[in-house]
Amino acid sequence: MKRLLLSVWMLGVLAACGTAPTKEQEGAAVEDRKPTVGVPDAPKPKPKPDPGIATKPLVEKPVAVNPLTDPKSILSRRSVYFDYDSNLVKDEFKPMITAHAKYLQQNRSAKMRVEGNADERGSREYNLALGQRRADAVKQMMTLLGAAPDQVETVSFGEEKPRALGHDEAAWAENRRADMVYQGE
Amino acid sequence: MRTDRLFVCAVVFVLSLALLPAARAALTIEIIGSGANQVPIAIVPFRAEEGLAQRVSPVTAADLARSGLFRLVDAGGVNPLPHEPEQINYPIWRARGADVMVIGSVSKLPDGRYDVRFRLMDVVKQTQLAGFVYFAREDNLRLVAHRIADMIYEKLTGDVGVFSTRITYVVKRGSRFELQVADADGYGAQTVLGSNEPIISPAWSPEGTRLAYVSFEQKKPVVYVQSLTTGARQAVANFWGSNSAPSWSPDGKRLAVVLTKDGGSQIYIINADGSGLTRLTHSLAIDTEPNFSPDGRHVIFTSDRGGSPQIYRVPVTGGQPERLTFEGGYNVTPRHSPDGRSFTFIQRSGGRFNVAVQDFTTRQVQVLSNGGLDESPSFAPNGRMILYASGARGRGVLAAVSSDGRVQQRLTADAGDVREPAWGPLLKQ
Repeated sequence: MKRLLLSVWMLGVLAACGTAPTKEQEGAAVEDRKPTVGVPDAPKPKPKPDPGIATKPLVEKPVAVNPLTDPKSILSRRSVYFDYDSNLVKDEFKPMITAHAKYLQQNRSAKMRVEGNADERGSREYNLALGQRRADAVKQMMTLLGAAPDQVETVSFGEEKPRALGHDEAAWAENRRADMVYQGE
Repeated sequence: MRTDRLFVCAVVFVLSLALLPAARAALTIEIIGSGANQVPIAIVPFRAEEGLAQRVSPVTAADLARSGLFRLVDAGGVNPLPHEPEQINYPIWRARGADVMVIGSVSKLPDGRYDVRFRLMDVVKQTQLAGFVYFAREDNLRLVAHRIADMIYEKLTGDVGVFSTRITYVVKRGSRFELQVADADGYGAQTVLGSNEPIISPAWSPEGTRLAYVSFEQKKPVVYVQSLTTGARQAVANFWGSNSAPSWSPDGKRLAVVLTKDGGSQIYIINADGSGLTRLTHSLAIDTEPNFSPDGRHVIFTSDRGGSPQIYRVPVTGGQPERLTFEGGYNVTPRHSPDGRSFTFIQRSGGRFNVAVQDFTTRQVQVLSNGGLDESPSFAPNGRMILYASGARGRGVLAAVSSDGRVQQRLTADAGDVREPAWGPLLKQ
């Protein structure tokens, strides 16, 4: 019995290990999940009348998941990337911006700051203005989709707070970005 | 890029620590190039300065050499060295090629201060061109040396000397940002603000006692004004959105700033205490980097209203801006010359960012630097040099170029990434 339980547990561990994480989950914090672990494949032990043993199913306590930080929620995604010298919001970011706009619409007390960024080439003050324009483009889309203008403050870091520290196109592309940050985060 | 640059690069002075024996240098200055006509000048070591912690004549000599307009004539081997006019054996100095020479002396006064006197002598005519006495504490002897250099420079070139002025710049060390003020020769650097968040765009008030700058310490850009005499500081533009790019009016009472509170980056005028906000530009484009004209009547600024960033001018009372730059697709960061006749700016050409100057009247453009990653140019208060940031990202250095492009200087910090320089005003005597 003991050996059987152990092997069931190990099977479960192996099954869990075999589950490839989705891209969104990479780097996410470890968290509790529903125990779907390997159960379907494992042989069920036959119930034996044994008055000394009592089993109980594990009760899942409902955890209040914050959709803004839940990696499974689109609201956990915050960065909009831009082309060189452009503040055009690309189609791939529209579902995310729409979701944030709806969240702000449904939570009128929520406030957000959109922080625009620019790559390091050129004048610092002009880059500050370019970052501002990117943040403004994100805000404009959100207000069209239901967010109130006073819920969203747009600011710019220009080239001053680069996420990628390199001096090549890959780093520059990473730094041409606007980030959405909710108040209190 | 001027083609005769190779010629003027031929002369290279490196001011070593041997020339500047006092404290450890915060910035080392390297000079490339020279003026069209260098004045050959002999600077004789002053009497009784040998034992001082701060000798005077080497600092004066270094100042003059750094300008590129003087050639130092060796005073070695002359014995005894002259310190008074009647001690000068003029044929010796004439034979060494000197047109002018400087003699002087230092003596300690009963109250502990020093009496520093110098004479500028014309070696050809054997007459005195200038002479002056200073009384100073020991910790002011460097300033005295700079003032002597200023007087010699003014006497021989007709321009005001700027050796006793100061510069400001931002040093990034690791993740730490320091706003520093140093003498124009890089000595005596002091940190006036340290922060874990970026600091950009420092601007000197016209009287040289306050700095306006942009700090990100509130997780967004906010414009501050800080007194250099008391260290007290005030957020003068902290509106909804971003606040940046301060520029002082010539009377020191107002600032032009860039705000985004009404949408887009637009130029406003605000009193230096944060009151009395008025909007200057009204466009749907980026309007930024304002700079007051020396007469206070105009503001030049960067705008991409025409599709690419170019430089415009608008009356400070408002009105329709006039476009000033037409060469190239990226002209930014305009700063007036002290006489108001021209402005310096950064021009991108073939992916390279260089310092340029444009004349307001003729609209003629001269590219002065060739660093390729040059930024933040500002004129010296006599209009003869332009200070700017240069060098590779992450290890920026300061550089300066004469406004005719002939003399280039490179100021290297001993550590850190130096950026955002601004040359301070002439200080009241």
